[in-house]
Amino acid sequence: MVERLLYVYAIGAPELADEPLLAELTGVGHGPVRTLARSGVLAVVSAVDAARFAEEPLRHHLEDLHWLEATARAHHGVIDALVARHDIAPLRLATLYRDEANLLGMLEQRADQLRAVLRGIRGRVECGVKGYAVAATPEPPRHARVDTGPGTAYLLRRRAARDEAARGLAEAREQAEQLHRCVASVSCAARRYPPQDPSLAGTRDEMVLNAAYLVERASVAELGERVDRSAGPRLRLQLTGPWAPYSFTPAEAVGST
Amino acid sequence: MSDDVLPARRVALVDLLDRLLAGGVVLSGDVTISLAEVDLVHISLRAVISSIDALVER
Repeated sequence: MVERLLYVYAIGAPELADEPLLAELTGVGHGPVRTLARSGVLAVVSAVDAARFAEEPLRHHLEDLHWLEATARAHHGVIDALVARHDIAPLRLATLYRDEANLLGMLEQRADQLRAVLRGIRGRVECGVKGYAVAATPEPPRHARVDTGPGTAYLLRRRAARDEAARGLAEAREQAEQLHRCVASVSCAARRYPPQDPSLAGTRDEMVLNAAYLVERASVAELGERVDRSAGPRLRLQLTGPWAPYSFTPAEAVGST
Repeated sequence: MSDDVLPARRVALVDLLDRLLAGGVVLSGDVTISLAEVDLVHISLRAVISSIDALVER
Protein backbone atom coordinates (compact mmCIF):
# COMPACT_ATOMS: atom_id res chain seq x y z
CA MET A 1 0.00 0.00 0.00
CA VAL A 2 1.25 3.48 -0.91
CA GLU A 3 2.03 5.52 2.15
CA ARG A 4 0.11 8.78 2.33
CA LEU A 5 0.66 12.10 4.05
CA LEU A 6 -1.88 14.85 4.69
CA TYR A 7 -1.19 18.09 2.86
CA VAL A 8 -2.80 21.10 4.58
CA TYR A 9 -3.90 24.12 2.51
CA ALA A 10 -5.66 26.43 4.89
CA ILE A 11 -7.37 26.94 8.21
CA GLY A 12 -10.99 28.07 8.37
CA ALA A 13 -14.15 28.08 10.43
CA PRO A 14 -15.99 24.76 10.98
CA GLU A 15 -18.90 25.87 8.72
CA LEU A 16 -16.58 25.48 5.74
CA ALA A 17 -17.18 21.73 5.98
CA ASP A 18 -20.62 22.28 4.37
CA GLU A 19 -19.22 24.04 1.30
CA PRO A 20 -20.43 22.10 -1.80
CA LEU A 21 -17.53 23.44 -3.84
CA LEU A 22 -15.12 21.23 -1.88
CA ALA A 23 -16.31 18.16 -3.79
CA GLU A 24 -15.22 19.73 -7.08
CA LEU A 25 -11.73 20.73 -6.01
CA THR A 26 -8.55 18.91 -6.94
CA GLY A 27 -5.57 19.31 -4.70
CA VAL A 28 -1.82 18.90 -4.92
CA GLY A 29 -1.07 15.60 -6.67
CA HIS A 30 -4.66 15.59 -8.05
CA GLY A 31 -6.18 14.20 -4.83
CA PRO A 32 -9.71 15.07 -3.64
CA VAL A 33 -9.94 17.88 -1.08
CA ARG A 34 -11.70 17.45 2.25
CA THR A 35 -11.85 19.03 5.69
CA LEU A 36 -11.02 17.98 9.24
CA ALA A 37 -12.18 19.95 12.27
CA ARG A 38 -11.39 19.98 15.97
CA SER A 39 -11.88 22.53 18.76
CA GLY A 40 -13.69 25.04 16.56
CA VAL A 41 -10.99 25.11 13.88
CA LEU A 42 -11.08 23.44 10.49
CA ALA A 43 -8.25 22.39 8.19
CA VAL A 44 -8.58 21.97 4.41
CA VAL A 45 -6.53 18.93 3.40
CA SER A 46 -5.83 16.29 0.78
CA ALA A 47 -3.83 13.08 0.86
CA VAL A 48 -0.54 13.05 -1.03
CA ASP A 49 1.98 10.37 -1.86
CA ALA A 50 4.60 10.14 0.91
CA ALA A 51 7.20 9.07 -1.61
CA ARG A 52 7.04 12.58 -3.08
CA PHE A 53 6.34 14.63 0.01
CA ALA A 54 8.50 13.15 2.75
CA GLU A 55 11.31 15.41 3.92
CA GLU A 56 14.08 14.23 1.64
CA PRO A 57 12.09 14.05 -1.61
CA LEU A 58 10.45 17.37 -0.72
CA ARG A 59 13.79 19.09 -0.27
CA HIS A 60 14.83 17.75 -3.66
CA HIS A 61 11.54 18.67 -5.38
CA LEU A 62 11.60 22.25 -4.12
CA GLU A 63 14.60 22.81 -6.38
CA ASP A 64 12.65 21.53 -9.38
CA LEU A 65 10.89 24.45 -10.98
CA HIS A 66 8.21 22.44 -12.76
CA TRP A 67 7.34 20.55 -9.59
CA LEU A 68 7.32 23.76 -7.61
CA GLU A 69 5.09 25.54 -10.09
CA ALA A 70 2.61 22.67 -10.27
CA THR A 71 2.51 22.40 -6.48
CA ALA A 72 2.24 26.15 -5.92
CA ARG A 73 -0.58 26.43 -8.45
CA ALA A 74 -2.46 23.46 -6.99
CA HIS A 75 -2.03 24.87 -3.46
CA HIS A 76 -3.23 28.28 -4.61
CA GLY A 77 -6.05 26.78 -6.69
CA VAL A 78 -7.69 25.24 -3.62
CA ILE A 79 -7.28 28.40 -1.56
CA ASP A 80 -8.39 30.75 -4.33
CA ALA A 81 -11.55 28.76 -4.99
CA LEU A 82 -12.55 28.91 -1.33
CA VAL A 83 -11.56 32.49 -0.51
CA ALA A 84 -14.28 33.91 -2.74
CA ARG A 85 -16.87 32.56 -0.30
CA HIS A 86 -15.04 32.02 2.99
CA ASP A 87 -12.53 33.66 5.27
CA ILE A 88 -9.57 31.32 5.29
CA ALA A 89 -6.01 31.59 6.50
CA PRO A 90 -3.69 30.02 3.91
CA LEU A 91 -0.81 27.88 5.12
CA ARG A 92 2.71 28.11 3.85
CA LEU A 93 3.52 25.82 0.93
CA ALA A 94 4.12 22.16 1.81
CA THR A 95 2.78 21.81 5.36
CA LEU A 96 2.38 18.07 5.88
CA TYR A 97 1.10 15.74 8.60
CA ARG A 98 1.68 12.05 8.88
CA ASP A 99 -1.96 11.18 9.63
CA GLU A 100 -5.32 12.53 10.78
CA ALA A 101 -4.52 11.98 14.45
CA ASN A 102 -1.41 14.16 14.26
CA LEU A 103 -3.24 16.92 12.42
CA LEU A 104 -6.22 16.86 14.80
CA GLY A 105 -3.81 16.93 17.73
CA MET A 106 -2.18 20.05 16.32
CA LEU A 107 -5.57 21.73 15.76
CA GLU A 108 -6.54 21.01 19.34
CA GLN A 109 -3.25 22.21 20.74
CA ARG A 110 -3.20 25.44 18.71
CA ALA A 111 -6.95 26.11 18.58
CA ASP A 112 -6.77 29.43 20.48
CA GLN A 113 -4.01 30.83 18.30
CA LEU A 114 -5.63 29.66 15.09
CA ARG A 115 -8.98 31.16 16.06
CA ALA A 116 -7.17 34.43 16.75
CA VAL A 117 -5.59 34.27 13.28
CA LEU A 118 -9.05 33.77 11.76
CA ARG A 119 -10.48 36.70 13.72
CA GLY A 120 -7.70 38.91 12.37
CA ILE A 121 -8.62 38.23 8.74
CA ARG A 122 -12.39 38.04 9.03
CA GLY A 123 -14.03 39.82 6.10
CA ARG A 124 -10.65 40.84 4.72
CA VAL A 125 -8.61 39.97 1.65
CA GLU A 126 -5.19 40.86 0.35
CA CYS A 127 -4.44 43.07 -2.65
CA GLY A 128 -1.04 43.25 -4.28
CA VAL A 129 0.39 46.39 -5.85
CA LYS A 130 3.50 46.34 -8.00
CA GLY A 131 5.14 49.51 -9.27
CA TYR A 132 7.70 49.84 -12.07
CA ALA A 133 9.79 52.79 -13.16
CA VAL A 134 9.01 53.27 -16.83
CA ALA A 135 12.19 53.29 -18.88
CA ALA A 136 12.25 56.64 -20.68
CA THR A 137 13.13 56.90 -24.34
CA PRO A 138 16.05 59.35 -24.44
CA GLU A 139 15.63 62.54 -26.43
CA PRO A 140 18.60 63.91 -28.34
CA PRO A 141 20.19 66.88 -26.55
CA ARG A 142 18.65 70.02 -28.01
CA HIS A 143 21.62 72.31 -27.51
CA ALA A 144 24.32 70.09 -28.97
CA ARG A 145 26.82 72.39 -30.64
CA VAL A 146 27.27 71.93 -34.33
CA ASP A 147 31.04 72.11 -34.17
CA THR A 148 31.43 69.16 -31.76
CA GLY A 149 32.88 66.04 -33.26
CA PRO A 150 30.88 62.81 -33.61
CA GLY A 151 32.64 61.34 -30.54
CA THR A 152 31.67 64.26 -28.32
CA ALA A 153 28.08 64.22 -29.56
CA TYR A 154 27.86 60.54 -28.77
CA LEU A 155 29.16 61.07 -25.24
CA LEU A 156 26.74 63.93 -24.69
CA ARG A 157 23.84 61.77 -25.82
CA ARG A 158 24.96 58.97 -23.54
CA ARG A 159 25.24 61.30 -20.57
CA ALA A 160 21.85 62.89 -21.26
CA ALA A 161 20.24 59.47 -21.51
CA ARG A 162 21.86 58.35 -18.25
CA ASP A 163 20.78 61.49 -16.40
CA GLU A 164 17.26 61.16 -17.75
CA ALA A 165 17.03 57.52 -16.65
CA ALA A 166 18.27 58.38 -13.14
CA ARG A 167 15.74 61.23 -12.85
CA GLY A 168 12.95 58.95 -14.05
CA LEU A 169 13.85 56.25 -11.55
CA ALA A 170 14.07 58.70 -8.65
CA GLU A 171 10.72 60.20 -9.59
CA ALA A 172 9.09 56.77 -9.89
CA ARG A 173 10.48 55.73 -6.50
CA GLU A 174 9.14 58.87 -4.86
CA GLN A 175 5.70 58.42 -6.42
CA ALA A 176 5.65 54.75 -5.40
CA GLU A 177 6.56 55.65 -1.80
CA GLN A 178 3.80 58.22 -1.75
CA LEU A 179 1.28 55.69 -3.04
CA HIS A 180 2.44 53.10 -0.51
CA ARG A 181 2.05 55.52 2.42
CA CYS A 182 -1.37 56.51 1.17
CA VAL A 183 -2.67 52.94 0.63
CA ALA A 184 -1.08 51.65 3.83
CA SER A 185 -2.81 54.39 5.83
CA VAL A 186 -6.26 53.23 4.67
CA SER A 187 -5.51 49.47 4.85
CA CYS A 188 -5.82 47.17 7.86
CA ALA A 189 -2.18 46.13 7.38
CA ALA A 190 0.60 46.45 4.81
CA ARG A 191 3.61 44.35 3.95
CA ARG A 192 6.42 44.95 1.50
CA TYR A 193 8.25 42.27 -0.42
CA PRO A 194 11.68 42.68 -1.97
CA PRO A 195 11.60 43.77 -5.61
CA GLN A 196 11.23 40.87 -8.01
CA ASP A 197 13.99 39.98 -10.41
CA PRO A 198 13.21 41.75 -13.74
CA SER A 199 13.83 38.55 -15.71
CA LEU A 200 11.41 36.70 -13.41
CA ALA A 201 8.81 39.41 -13.66
CA GLY A 202 9.15 39.47 -17.45
CA THR A 203 9.83 43.19 -17.75
CA ARG A 204 12.82 45.46 -18.31
CA ASP A 205 11.36 48.19 -16.14
CA GLU A 206 12.87 48.41 -12.66
CA MET A 207 10.53 47.42 -9.85
CA VAL A 208 10.11 50.18 -7.30
CA LEU A 209 7.22 48.76 -5.26
CA ASN A 210 6.19 45.21 -4.37
CA ALA A 211 3.61 45.45 -1.64
CA ALA A 212 0.58 43.67 -0.24
CA TYR A 213 -2.30 45.30 1.62
CA LEU A 214 -4.93 43.72 3.83
CA VAL A 215 -8.28 45.36 3.14
CA GLU A 216 -11.96 44.81 3.86
CA ARG A 217 -13.60 42.91 1.02
CA ALA A 218 -15.83 45.92 0.37
CA SER A 219 -12.78 48.18 -0.09
CA VAL A 220 -11.07 46.25 -2.89
CA ALA A 221 -12.61 48.35 -5.68
CA GLU A 222 -11.67 51.58 -3.90
CA LEU A 223 -8.05 50.45 -3.63
CA GLY A 224 -8.06 49.68 -7.34
CA GLU A 225 -9.30 53.16 -8.18
CA ARG A 226 -6.68 54.75 -5.94
CA VAL A 227 -3.95 52.77 -7.68
CA ASP A 228 -5.31 53.70 -11.12
CA ARG A 229 -5.20 57.37 -10.19
CA SER A 230 -1.61 57.12 -8.97
CA ALA A 231 -0.05 55.79 -12.16
CA GLY A 232 1.80 58.29 -14.31
CA PRO A 233 4.23 58.59 -17.21
CA ARG A 234 7.11 57.59 -14.91
CA LEU A 235 5.33 54.98 -12.81
CA ARG A 236 3.54 51.92 -14.12
CA LEU A 237 1.36 50.16 -11.57
CA GLN A 238 -0.06 46.69 -11.55
CA LEU A 239 -2.73 45.45 -9.20
CA THR A 240 -2.96 41.76 -8.29
CA GLY A 241 -5.57 39.85 -6.35
CA PRO A 242 -7.70 39.90 -4.40
CA TRP A 243 -5.70 37.14 -2.75
CA ALA A 244 -6.39 35.08 0.32
CA PRO A 245 -4.47 36.88 3.09
CA TYR A 246 -1.18 35.03 2.50
CA SER A 247 0.92 37.97 3.64
CA PHE A 248 -1.03 38.69 6.82
CA THR A 249 -0.98 35.54 8.85
CA PRO A 250 1.21 36.00 11.92
CA ALA A 251 3.80 33.28 11.44
CA GLU A 252 5.39 33.95 14.83
CA ALA A 253 2.18 33.40 16.78
CA VAL A 254 1.71 29.85 15.55
CA GLY A 255 5.22 28.97 14.46
CA SER A 256 7.04 25.79 15.29
CA THR A 257 7.45 24.91 18.92
CA MET B 1 5.54 28.70 -18.62
CA SER B 2 3.58 25.46 -18.16
CA ASP B 3 1.01 24.09 -20.60
CA ASP B 4 -1.65 23.45 -18.00
CA VAL B 5 -5.21 24.54 -18.70
CA LEU B 6 -5.47 28.18 -17.71
CA PRO B 7 -7.66 28.83 -14.70
CA ALA B 8 -10.02 31.80 -14.77
CA ARG B 9 -7.49 34.03 -13.06
CA ARG B 10 -3.98 33.09 -14.06
CA VAL B 11 -1.56 34.55 -11.57
CA ALA B 12 2.12 35.09 -12.21
CA LEU B 13 4.28 32.40 -10.65
CA VAL B 14 6.60 35.03 -9.26
CA ASP B 15 3.74 36.72 -7.33
CA LEU B 16 2.61 33.34 -6.08
CA LEU B 17 6.09 32.41 -4.85
CA ASP B 18 6.45 35.72 -3.00
CA ARG B 19 3.41 34.74 -0.99
CA LEU B 20 3.73 30.98 -0.73
CA LEU B 21 7.35 30.94 0.35
CA ALA B 22 7.33 33.97 2.63
CA GLY B 23 3.68 34.17 3.71
CA GLY B 24 0.99 31.88 5.02
CA VAL B 25 0.47 30.42 8.46
CA VAL B 26 3.56 28.48 9.52
CA LEU B 27 2.64 25.33 11.39
CA SER B 28 5.10 22.75 12.53
CA GLY B 29 4.01 19.89 10.33
CA ASP B 30 5.39 16.38 10.63
CA VAL B 31 7.55 17.04 7.61
CA THR B 32 9.29 20.32 8.17
CA ILE B 33 11.79 22.20 6.11
CA SER B 34 13.02 25.22 8.01
CA LEU B 35 12.15 28.65 6.71
CA ALA B 36 15.75 29.67 6.30
CA GLU B 37 16.27 26.71 4.00
CA VAL B 38 13.19 27.59 1.99
CA ASP B 39 14.51 31.12 1.60
CA LEU B 40 17.74 29.69 0.28
CA VAL B 41 15.80 27.48 -2.10
CA HIS B 42 13.88 30.54 -3.23
CA ILE B 43 17.05 32.39 -4.06
CA SER B 44 18.55 29.53 -6.01
CA LEU B 45 15.21 29.11 -7.78
CA ARG B 46 15.36 32.68 -8.97
CA ALA B 47 18.52 31.81 -10.81
CA VAL B 48 16.87 28.68 -12.24
CA ILE B 49 13.80 30.59 -13.39
CA SER B 50 15.91 33.31 -14.97
CA SER B 51 17.90 30.79 -16.92
CA ILE B 52 14.75 29.00 -18.08
CA ASP B 53 13.20 32.29 -19.17
CA ALA B 54 16.34 33.10 -21.10
CA LEU B 55 16.09 29.74 -22.86
CA VAL B 56 12.41 30.00 -23.64
CA GLU B 57 12.63 33.61 -24.92
CA ARG B 58 8.92 34.20 -24.96
